[in-house]
Amino acid sequence: MISLTDFLVVSAALFCIGLYMIVSKHNAIQILIGIELMLNAAILNLVAFGKYDKLNNSGQIFALFAIVLAAATTAVALAIILNVYRRYKTIDPGEVNRLKD
Amino acid sequence: MTLLQILFYVMGFIAVASAIYVAATKNLVRCVFMFFITLFALAGLYVLALADFVAITQIVIYVGGILVLILFAFMLSGKENLNIIQQQGSRLMNLSTLPALVLAVLFFVLMVNMMGKIDADNLDWIKSSIQNGNVITPDANVTDNIGINLMTRYLLPFEAISILLMVALVGAAHLSRKERTA
Repeated sequence: MISLTDFLVVSAALFCIGLYMIVSKHNAIQILIGIELMLNAAILNLVAFGKYDKLNNSGQIFALFAIVLAAATTAVALAIILNVYRRYKTIDPGEVNRLKD
Repeated sequence: MTLLQILFYVMGFIAVASAIYVAATKNLVRCVFMFFITLFALAGLYVLALADFVAITQIVIYVGGILVLILFAFMLSGKENLNIIQQQGSRLMNLSTLPALVLAVLFFVLMVNMMGKIDADNLDWIKSSIQNGNVITPDANVTDNIGINLMTRYLLPFEAISILLMVALVGAAHLSRKERTA
């Protein structure tokens, strides 16, 4: 029997790695990967607690919703990144410092 | 220590170690491909939490969809990125990531501390659900139940998310088209 605390520790580690990537990276795609890591940590928690809800499956169903939402956000974020690259020729968020005209 | 626990620790180690590699590497391509490994290990963890349908969805959507999108955007955004990243391999870079490292480590210590206080295995609702037999067992037929619940109890969030997905896709298509005279 795997205890819930083990799942929580793994997901906390993944969350903190994602946090580190978001704060320290100079590349928008790597920041996006950090956000995905944090989302995955949250989904892992949902799934781990969802084991104790056999009738309604609330944890697993909201994990599915979170995965679909992550797909939608990634599509939009990558479209934005491509637009930023087209305009500034870089995807370092620190260099993007002008508004549209 | 049972086989299940050994599998859990192996999967958890692979997930965390490959995530650390993703965060630490200077090579963007290697970063994306190691993220594959993290996602597969997470799918394995979902299976160990008795959520096989979520694990399959994770592989289909994350590995099949999101990672291909990330690779695609990475290929389209030119090779200057690679040069930029490799230039940053100096000692100055290490100094500038120190605050982020401190933040992440402190946050991790805080969360582990809180987990010790919460003691998740002895929460009231978990105890009562164990008493009522409301726990998913390895031989349970979960996927059928998910399908029925999705179409009855969770129909409203399901429809809301389908609308949101459509809006997001239309928005992405609009954002990524070539603009004429704006």
